[in-house]
Amino acid sequence: MTQSSKYPERIDVIAGQDRPRRNAIRHAQGRGRFVDDIAFANLAHLAVVRSPHAHAEIRNIDVSRALAVQGVVAVYTGVDMKALCKPWVGALNHFPGLRSPEQYPLAVDRVRWNGEAVVAVVAESRAIAEDAVDQVRIEYDILPAVVGIKASRAADAPLVHQQYDSNQSFEMTLTAGDAAAAFDSAYLVVEEVLELGRQTGLTLEPRSIVADYDPSLQALTAHHSTQTPYQMQDLFARHFDLSEENVRVISPDVGGSFGMKLHVYGEEMATVAASIQLGRPVKFVADRMESFLSDIHLREHLVHAKMALSKDGDITAMIVEDATGIGPFSVYPRTSAMEGNQALRLMGAPYKMPNYDGHLTVLFQNKAPTCQYRAVGHPIGVTVTEHLVDKAARELGLDPFEIRRRNIVTQDMYPHTTATGYILERLSHEDCLSRLEKMMDYPRLRAEQAELRAKGIYRGIGIATFIEITNPGPAFYGIGGARISSQDGCVIKIEPSGKFRVAVSVTEQGQGTETVMAQVAATYMGVDVGIIDVITGDTERTPYGGATWASRGAGIGGATVMKCALAMKANLLEIAAVILQGKPDDFDLTDGEIVFKETGNSAITLDELCRIAYFRPDTLPQDYHPQLSISRHFVPQGTPFDFTNGVQASYLEVDIETGIITLLDHWVVEDCGVILNKQLVDEQIRGGVVHGLGGILLEECLYSDSGQMLTSTMADYLAPLAAEMPDIHIDHICTPTEMTPLGAKGVGEAGTAAAGSVVLNAVNDALSPLGAQLTQTPLTPERILRALGVVTD
Amino acid sequence: MKPNLFQYVRVETIKDAVVLLHELSDAGRLIAGGQSLVPTMALRMASPEVLIDISNVPELATIEHKQNVLRIGAGARYADVLASSVVAKTCPLLAQAIPFIAHEAIRNRGTVGGSLAHADPAAELPGCMLALGARIVVQSVAGQRTIPAEEFFLSTYLTALREGELIASVEIPVIADGERHLFQELTRRSGDYAMLGAAFVIAADGAKITDARLAFFSVGDKALLAKGAAATLVGQSLTPEIIEDCATMAAQELDCLGDLYNSVAMKRHLVKTLTRRVLGELLKEPS
Amino acid sequence: MDPLYPISFTLNGRVIQQEVSTRTTLVDLLRHQIGLTATHVGCEQGSCGACSLMVDGRMIRSCLVFAIQLEGAVVETAEGFTGDTKMDALRKAFADRNALQCGFCTSGMLVAARDLLNRDTTPSREVIREFISGNFCRCTGYEAIVDAISKVAEGSGSPRDAQ
Repeated sequence: MTQSSKYPERIDVIAGQDRPRRNAIRHAQGRGRFVDDIAFANLAHLAVVRSPHAHAEIRNIDVSRALAVQGVVAVYTGVDMKALCKPWVGALNHFPGLRSPEQYPLAVDRVRWNGEAVVAVVAESRAIAEDAVDQVRIEYDILPAVVGIKASRAADAPLVHQQYDSNQSFEMTLTAGDAAAAFDSAYLVVEEVLELGRQTGLTLEPRSIVADYDPSLQALTAHHSTQTPYQMQDLFARHFDLSEENVRVISPDVGGSFGMKLHVYGEEMATVAASIQLGRPVKFVADRMESFLSDIHLREHLVHAKMALSKDGDITAMIVEDATGIGPFSVYPRTSAMEGNQALRLMGAPYKMPNYDGHLTVLFQNKAPTCQYRAVGHPIGVTVTEHLVDKAARELGLDPFEIRRRNIVTQDMYPHTTATGYILERLSHEDCLSRLEKMMDYPRLRAEQAELRAKGIYRGIGIATFIEITNPGPAFYGIGGARISSQDGCVIKIEPSGKFRVAVSVTEQGQGTETVMAQVAATYMGVDVGIIDVITGDTERTPYGGATWASRGAGIGGATVMKCALAMKANLLEIAAVILQGKPDDFDLTDGEIVFKETGNSAITLDELCRIAYFRPDTLPQDYHPQLSISRHFVPQGTPFDFTNGVQASYLEVDIETGIITLLDHWVVEDCGVILNKQLVDEQIRGGVVHGLGGILLEECLYSDSGQMLTSTMADYLAPLAAEMPDIHIDHICTPTEMTPLGAKGVGEAGTAAAGSVVLNAVNDALSPLGAQLTQTPLTPERILRALGVVTD
Repeated sequence: MKPNLFQYVRVETIKDAVVLLHELSDAGRLIAGGQSLVPTMALRMASPEVLIDISNVPELATIEHKQNVLRIGAGARYADVLASSVVAKTCPLLAQAIPFIAHEAIRNRGTVGGSLAHADPAAELPGCMLALGARIVVQSVAGQRTIPAEEFFLSTYLTALREGELIASVEIPVIADGERHLFQELTRRSGDYAMLGAAFVIAADGAKITDARLAFFSVGDKALLAKGAAATLVGQSLTPEIIEDCATMAAQELDCLGDLYNSVAMKRHLVKTLTRRVLGELLKEPS
Repeated sequence: MDPLYPISFTLNGRVIQQEVSTRTTLVDLLRHQIGLTATHVGCEQGSCGACSLMVDGRMIRSCLVFAIQLEGAVVETAEGFTGDTKMDALRKAFADRNALQCGFCTSGMLVAARDLLNRDTTPSREVIREFISGNFCRCTGYEAIVDAISKVAEGSGSPRDAQ
């Protein structure tokens, strides 16, 4: 790092990067503890009757035969749930006009997607609950289903909600400068309609919850595979009329989340309701088919975008119409408008482009609800922008690197506000592009491509520049009225042994949060990471905070721990000074020992300091109270987000006879500020890239014309397996942020933001000599062959 | 995804199995490897009253070569067939095809008989049996009968098996001199159901083809033989033109059905492409 | 309630007796009756590999076999492999290389890795990738897993350094 920071206490190299994660050691020995692993006394199990129809009136529900099944404890309908749970609406004030009807845990009067939960059965075992599910008799009057964005916005479309005048949930316009004028005077206009398919999260551990209500204390404990226990604590309290302090949410090990487990789900609320009613623990674990049917889905955008350029290839404007197809409800509490909102704002974001006209329409459908999931909106914003950039480059005869160089926001322009209103502190596009070009040996790849083309082998190279939203501030949800905390808290206590316990309000789903927090604490206290135990994921044992979303854990959680660690260090130096009758300034804590600053000699060990402070404070001056635990909270300040930036590239081969794509290589250059743990950062990038590769090549939630979900098994819904994935080369540039004292930004979503884009660009690069272009994702073999004109009806 | 309750019975001989099948009529269902049956039961798409476990019937697990016939017991696991040197020698087609079946863990349990009885149109083995001109040996309390592969697979999940019958073994003609076995499958991911699969058995006298059985799977409601296309090869030495005609004929003559990701037009195109590629392999070899 | 039947088999080196419903799969028996929870359930269709373990020396999907079918069988779960130094090496390599993030696929992945090294002591990266394609991972993108297995494989090339 060459720039000096306004935080003199910042340390550039974080300790402990060479150690394996404690959680990794534990899981590798089979000692994971996921919700379904935990044994409970008197546990009951919940299973759900799901709607077979995409849209129907519920005429009658007969649960009598289900109740008669031996081992059944209770059966609930939507009407029952109305009495047990306050309804919710997935709307936020900062999306003015966003409309969505009230929702209860189970469908009331109508079912609105194939898979919606209608009746909940509680029984002594999951198998018996499913036996009883089969005995529930429901009469439906089928209604016309709205399936597809085009169908949803058609003038004569059936309505998903009778009380609304259309299927529009939300609409938003974003303008900057004068796009119309820019287009009028443009040298070149490139235009495209891109159809980006619907996907699902497919976490390997499905959604899981055990709700355990104690009627004697009116206290609820929920063991919940969630990213956000504090939000859930708040929600359970409000919707079930419980005192917040009597609600405890524990997220044990979480087997993958990526945003999917941030949202409120009817069956989980029904499980809480059942436990409160029954006064015993009730478990719900979604099976794989239920996961496909009722986890939030993501993406599904139809984007009509235009880009105006000068003769030299300067992007002067974009006009974007983004229609997103959600489900029948905007999901609570974060809304289903967020992805479209971010997609719209990320268009053209790396570039100087001063003029913009963006319009978002969010449309109801009779499909599963959609909401935030890894890299929310980024894949759309990046894919659309970078596709048009490449298209323009081809028309202008410019190399893809060159056109980007001409347009990126440069070092001298920061801080910079994009046309879409994002404030960028400082990014490093130029360095990233140069590094990438070198890393991938770009000229060699172009030469190889040309050589092979002559032999009828079609390889493509695709690149993309992107920015990523991380470390969100309070404006993200708070302004909208959501009770989603944007600050975090940390408590550090020193044990009599001289070891530390750090409780912090960010959470772990495998990305390494606990390890990184330990590293930050160790670094800023001056001790070994091995003597630090980190506690997360329990609303009772940690301060209240923001948990994990939008890549905030390392940056914001880390800054919180940093502040607390520095305060704990100061306390320890003060205690040492009192014990040794010196001044705190005489001492330092380094390598786990309190030393004399001047000589470096050992002054007192931590366990000796603790022995005196805990067990012999009688030897200390009167009125001196050693502070052996300390807490600090941290609110992200400055810009609403800390943006990171990066570039990616893909090298692939298209078999033009079968449409099968072979990924040959993949590169990422990422700038996420101060790196707290290089291995963990790189592995987040790799995992994120493969997520994006899945979305561009394989993953799609398919529905029939009548709204039947067609991809409800892992044989039909295709996600990346090891054989087809490339090794991914990663390098870093480092631009620390001044928005937090720690200097670290987030990185969890960067891989996913642009991986799909570079594959699309590479495929189109491969096929452009043949006059074929792909504009619909995922890139199935048939879509490739149809674009090539090789398959026709 | 828990199955409905069932009764469970384990048998150790074919005789016991068929007697039980007869007694239980449609209430009894055989389980061998369970790799197709158990998922179906988990989804409650199958809810047998009685499961008859034949996964430990020694007579069903044999693999033997006798008088130009390779006989594989219905209970032989894919992994054991793949590992068998007898199979490698007498039927290279199976050694080529089996690695494409799902993944290792499935192959360790799934059985040959299970695959044939399940008759998934996307499965490899029915296609192979068509290409090999295999005969399926079927047993019941009434005795034994043999059904040529071409008459065995009727449609999706439908075979010529009657109630009370089980598959005892499959009899495959041992590879003859000058005969070639060729197998290729197109998938997007390793282990997936095929976009299209081809299993070819070509008999030749020197460079001249004397017989050809061109089987395709994941193409229609069952594995299919392209008979017209095969006929174009008989009596010929392969050239690119002959291959092209054959490929075109196969694409036209087969009764193709689309699947979730591939339309009929796509299937026909893939039939043509794969035929060209597979026969093209033959052309590359020294005769 | 389901009628129960006695079965007995060897589990991680010890002979055990249990009473099971006919419809209880091996994975559900292990997880909920016996309390060995390292083997996970991801799909109950045999597609994801999270439930992979060894029965009679072969890797199988424990979600696709009913416990009652396994009378006399020898079962080894991820919690077992006691004294198996290669498995110890794999566990250490996975942790060192961060070849796991959420840990849900890890038991199945380790069993698959161990099975692979039984059959091929020096698998190439391509062979490793092919073999572990029966195990779905949503977190790692697979490369770190390939690195870890490569490292343990006898005499194979060195793992890719984390740049």
